[in-house]
Order: sequence, then C-alpha cells, then structure tokens
Amino acid sequence: MTNQIGFYPFPDRFDRFQMAKISGATRNDIGAAHMTTTIDAQAGGTGRPNAPPSPDHLDLLEAHAVFVMREVAAECERPVLLFSGGKDSAVLLRLAEKAFRPGRFPFPVMHVDTGHNFDEVLEFRDKAMAGLGEELLVASVQDSIDRGRVPDPGPGGSRNRLQSVTLLDAIAAHGFDACIGGARRDEDKARAKERVLSFRDVFGQWDPRHQRPELWHLYHGRVRTGEHLRAFPLSDWTELDVWQYIGREHIALPSIYFAHQRPVVERDDMLLAVSEWVVPNPDEVVEDLTVRFRTVGDATGTGAVRSHAHTVDDVIAEIASSRVSERGATRADDRFSETSMEDRKREGYF
Amino acid sequence: MTSTPGAEPASGSSLLRFATIGSVDDGKSTLIGRLLHDTKQLFDDQLEAVASASRRHGVEGVDLAFVTDGLRAEREQGITIDVAYRYASTPRRKFVIADCPGHVQYTRNMATGASTADLAVVVVDATTGLREQTRRHTCIAALLGVRHLLVAANKMDLAGWDEATYRSVGDEVDALARRLGMATVTVVPVSALLGDNVAVASTRMPWYRGPTLLHALEEAPAGAWAHEGDGGARLPVQWVVRHPGGGRSYAGMVSGGTFRPGDDVVVLPGGQRSRLTSVETFDGPLDEAPASLSVTVRLDDELDVSRGDLIAPAGSSAEVVREFDATLCWFADPPVEAGRRFRIKHTTRLTPAQTVSVLSRLDVGSLELESTSALGPNEIGVVRLAVGTPLAVDPYRANRVTGSFVMIDEQTNATVAAGMVGVPEFAAVPQR
Ligand SMILES: Nc1nc2c(ncn2[C@@H]2O[C@H](COP(=O)(O)OP(=O)(O)O)[C@@H](O)[C@H]2O)c(=O)[nH]1
Repeated sequence: MTNQIGFYPFPDRFDRFQMAKISGATRNDIGAAHMTTTIDAQAGGTGRPNAPPSPDHLDLLEAHAVFVMREVAAECERPVLLFSGGKDSAVLLRLAEKAFRPGRFPFPVMHVDTGHNFDEVLEFRDKAMAGLGEELLVASVQDSIDRGRVPDPGPGGSRNRLQSVTLLDAIAAHGFDACIGGARRDEDKARAKERVLSFRDVFGQWDPRHQRPELWHLYHGRVRTGEHLRAFPLSDWTELDVWQYIGREHIALPSIYFAHQRPVVERDDMLLAVSEWVVPNPDEVVEDLTVRFRTVGDATGTGAVRSHAHTVDDVIAEIASSRVSERGATRADDRFSETSMEDRKREGYF
Repeated sequence: MTSTPGAEPASGSSLLRFATIGSVDDGKSTLIGRLLHDTKQLFDDQLEAVASASRRHGVEGVDLAFVTDGLRAEREQGITIDVAYRYASTPRRKFVIADCPGHVQYTRNMATGASTADLAVVVVDATTGLREQTRRHTCIAALLGVRHLLVAANKMDLAGWDEATYRSVGDEVDALARRLGMATVTVVPVSALLGDNVAVASTRMPWYRGPTLLHALEEAPAGAWAHEGDGGARLPVQWVVRHPGGGRSYAGMVSGGTFRPGDDVVVLPGGQRSRLTSVETFDGPLDEAPASLSVTVRLDDELDVSRGDLIAPAGSSAEVVREFDATLCWFADPPVEAGRRFRIKHTTRLTPAQTVSVLSRLDVGSLELESTSALGPNEIGVVRLAVGTPLAVDPYRANRVTGSFVMIDEQTNATVAAGMVGVPEFAAVPQR
C-alpha cells in the first residue's frame, strides 16, 4: 500500500469537506462542519468485497487466549495451569482443550487448596478433571500451616494471603517456570497494569515499576533458574465476556454460581455462607436467603450476592445491570486498602 | 460465527483496541474517566473509591481523573509509569483501551500499549495546542503502525467554546497526521471535565456538527492491526499437533489475509511447497480462516515443519533474509552499537542476532534521519542486523506480525528493543 499523502484532494476548509469513503465501506456522512480527513483511500481493514464474516469479540478473545497458551507451552520448560474451581479457571480448561486437543495438555493442572472450600467447588473440580483425563496436583495451605511455613490464622481466619506462600513453595518444589492463571485486568487497578506474561523474580515478587515491555503478540518466556512467569490468557476478558463465553460453550460450573437458598450472615457488609469456618456470633442473625456467588475463593472471605439468576442468561442479564464490581461485591481481601491487590501481588499472589 | 447470548450483533469488527496519548495535564485521565462514566462502565463501589480519593486530595465533588489511578508509586509521584488497560462496551462494540504513560523514560510502556492498537486517541489541551510530548508519542504510534487518529481538542470550556480555537488545533493535528502518513484523522472538540462531546453531544458548540468522541470510536475501522497490509496471509507455526491416528497438523494465528483448504502454500524459510488439505479448530473444519483466528492446518505432504516456520500462500510469500535493515525503539540504558549480540524473537522463532551497524537516528521533532553510530535509551533509529537462522519477514507496513520482532538481552533476558522490518516511510533523509 502506498502511503499517498493527499490522495484525496485536500480541502482548504474543513467545512466544505465531505467525508470520503473508506475502502468501499459506506459510512454515514455525519455532518459537514467537522474535521474528519481520510488521507488514504485504501485505509481500513473492513468492508472488502466478499470479506469473510468477521469474527465476533468472543472469537477474537478466544483466539488470543489460545495463542498465549500455546506460546507458554512452547517457550517454557515446565509450565503449570492454576485451577481454583472458579468460572475463570473453568474457562481456562476449555481454552486449553481448544489449544492442545487432540493431544494431551502439555502441563499439569494445580489447585492451591486453602482447605476452606465450598463442597460444590471440590466436587466440580474432581468431576471436571476426571472428564479431561489430565493430571491434577494439589498444593495445600493446611500443609504449609502444619509445616510451620505460615502462621495459622485460626479457624475462622482468612487463608487468602497464605496462599502466596503455598503457591511459591509448590513452584519451587516442582520447578515450574510459568503459571497460567485466570486473572483478568478488569478485576482491579493493579491487575489493569499487568502484562499478559508477567515476570517474577527468584522471590516470586512482581515489580510493577520495571515490567518487561510487551509488544505486539511477541510473548517471550525466557527466565533464569528460580525466576518464573505468570501468564494470563484472559487478560482482556471482562466478567461479562467470561459469562458470554460460558454460555456459548456450555461450560459447566460449580452450582454455587447460580441462585440457590442457603443460610448466610451479614458481616462487614458481606453475606457470608454459614459453614464450619463461618460460625455466627451471638449478635449475628442467620438468614435463609436466595443467593449466588460471583467469585469463588476462600469460604471465609467470599461473599454471596442476593440473586435470582438460575441460568447463564439470567447471570448475564444480572451482571449487565449490576451496579457493583465483581470484587467489590464479594471479596473481603480487596477491602483492606486502596493497594491491597498490588501488595499481595508483589508478594507472589496469583 | 456462533451466536452469543447477551451480545449485540455488531457491524464490522466488534472489538476496537485503542491507545490514549497525551501530555501531562492536557486532561487524558479526566477524559478516560468521563468516557467510562458516561458509558456506565463504572460500578458504584468504584465511583465511591473515586469520590473518596477526590476528598482525600481536597477536590470538591468527584474528580473523574481518579478513575485511572493505578499503582502506589504512580499515586505517590503523581505520574503514570505503565500502561493500564481498561474496558468499555456499547451495544455496537467492545473497546480495549491502552492508557499510555507520557514521560519519555517510559517510552517502552507507551510502545507496549500502542503496538496492538487500531487507533490512537490523542488528547490535546485546545488552549495550548500540540505539545512536544504529544508530537513525540503520535510519531511513535505512527511508527508502530497506528494509521487512524482521533483527536480530542479538550478544555473547550476554558476556550469559551470557540470555533477558531478548535480549528487551530485541527490544523496543527492535520499537518502532523499527513506528515506521519495517517490514513484518517478526526478532531472532536470536547470538555472532558463537563462531558461535552465525549459520549453526549454538546449543545454549547452549535458550529460543530461532527460525531462525539464515542460515536467516532464506534465508527472507526477496527481490526487494522491484523488485517491491514498487502503481504498476503501468514501463519507462523506455533505448535505441532501429533494426531493419535498418525499425521500432524500445525497450529498458529493467522494474519494478513485468509487461508482456505486447497490453498497452494510454501513453508519458509525452507521453501517447500505443499497444499492445505484442511483448516480447522477444536470445533471442527473451517471453510476459511481469516486474520486473527488461532487455527490448525494440515498439509498435503509429509514435510519437516516445526515451530518457527512460516506458512504463506505460494503466490505471495514473505522474503527470507539473513541480514536486513530495521527500525528499532531502543529501551535499554546501555546504548546499542555495532557488533553487539542479542536474541531476537520474530513470530514464533527465537534466534541469535548481531548488530552489523547502526545507521541512523530518527529526530522525532523534524522526522529526519541523521547518521549515528549508537542509539541511547528511548531513541529510535535504523540498524542493520544479521541473524543466526534465516527469517521469513515482511516489511512492517505490509504485515505487523511478520514485520515485527523484539530484541532480548542474552544475559538478563530483558526485552531491550522493539524492532520493525524496514524504514518508516515518513522519515526523511535530510538534504545536504
Ligand atoms: N476546565 C477544564 N479542565 C479540565 C478538562 N479536562 C481536564 N481538566 C483539568 O486539567 C487538569 C489535568 O487533568 P488530568 O486529567 O489529570 O490530566 P492528565 O495529566 O492528562 O491525565 C485537572 O485539573 C483537570 O481537572 C476540561 O475539559 N476542562
């Protein structure tokens, strides 16, 4: 394509300029008195005659995520896919199938188990893994507590932050050089800054001030011994994209993502499911409410939301009209301070 | 494509990636905050966080600039260090916004954000006009292949909603855009602070009858990054899939054009010819694989194809080179000179490389190439490179995938440069 400047006769006054056609695609003439200049008639990727139907945004997000997984698998010596039992990691598993079937996954799947699980999530995990026939590793926070690697926060205490130590120990023990995770940039302002392939030093630390430049789709996976990468194929997906994809692909999820009745207590503005770890205080009222979970994490710190969304389409409609963000609604861990996610990520968190 | 619950049918490409550029204080943060706010992308808890940040900083009311607040260091220093990604959608389109930092020392991060953008939104304070920093970044965006500019002539409230002020910004921008070889440029008079012409049409500038910023974003050509160019379809082989019943297929992402079963192809750099017997994904065979899709293809013959090879149409293949000229954005502190060794990652291939010579440096102000023997941090210039394995390349302007590479330090593995095959068309060699 030659870049002929002034391919169109250049108007000496903008208000006499009619918007030109861009590469055959007719565009409405929005108005005369504004400055839109089409300098090169051949510009614009769309609108060629007999153009194939353009991929929709989910096709594009999927294609990119599959590309990222294949790059990590090809460039890294020993990658692992982190699976939490939540919706994002369920999507990751489907994307791994898309990337590698009919072959086997070129990496094991690992669950960092806080020990504070919803039964439905563990059930889902085991069923999903049995269906895939892939290897599951479990790294247990309880083990880390038992071995004295981390202090025991007590029966009702959050184990969210402790997961970082368990994860880093597992990375060291297995010699992993890349962890594929389901984090998304729309979740949090620290995440919004993170690369698709994000470097961790030998201490597992993220240094947000000196991230590797990451141009185009050139993801380079080289690290030295002891360093590793986090890879986030869902970086550019939003919560809504994830649900639309789940609907389109008929991806199974733990039942707690859909409306159900359960006893909850209201604590710190959150609805916590009553369980062996969340025991109501004498002054707390236990209510039987119809709720669902927007995220799935440590049962002591993941709040439920009131909801009547029974199907994926219901959930999509609910999210589209929601006034509260995913993490704001449901995660105690993100409420400590303005920078809590940044701080945890610096320590090696997912 | 499969239909999607909750998604509106979109015309053209349904995903637009754009980078935002602007000099400090021209109102970029406020504009992005305004755009997200007025398109209802902000949740109540996020708005509450913005309101409380505003109060803490002694601002009356809600300062939408705090929406784009990021890392601790950034808040402490009041600057943006790294690109932040934000997401918005309207019934027409999904937007991925790469909010780019402005300081020269963070050029690497700005380039990161611009490298995958279809379009750049340039924020200009209309009362002061184009600043040096904005020119510089617009130049880098152009260098990285951004060919569509959308300019927000901001702070029109301070300019008394004056048409002449708008026109003078437009003239300045237009001259620069032409110089840089942009394909389209649209200039919208806005007030990010008050919201005029961001998502909602202003009633205070009756002389303007153009689109709002949002409308222009919905109308802009999308997908340019994978589609534009005239080099033909390309499939860098990413992964070899061995099928249980025997046979192999080759996985990768298509760029630059469309592959169809039956296409005659050539595998580079070896040059073996073959035919595509199928193009497929996990979900089944495809009649055609357009740019941006991740697919697997099978070939007619049992060839020795591996990761890093390039599949291209037999009729319009890429050039196989051992030595070539390329434009670099140099990021590292130690300057690059002749005779230095690196690794290069080009498409899916990693290869050793050496700088044969440093030819010139681009003056981003005058857009002239001046001769030099070294490039310092954040400088742009042309070098001659030799590579250890022959590479199948296209000029960057023909294909942003096969025309681009990164340079990696052999010791630290740091990414030290972004490289583009060829010399930018807008760069002039000074007449002596
Ligand atoms: N009057 C007026 N002030 C604005 C407008 N947009 C931004 N500002 C102010 O300009 C200053 C810099 O804005 P900010 O968004 O932080 O600029 P950035 O450095 O480009 O991100 C702030 O005081 C804003 O309130 C506008 O449209 N009109």
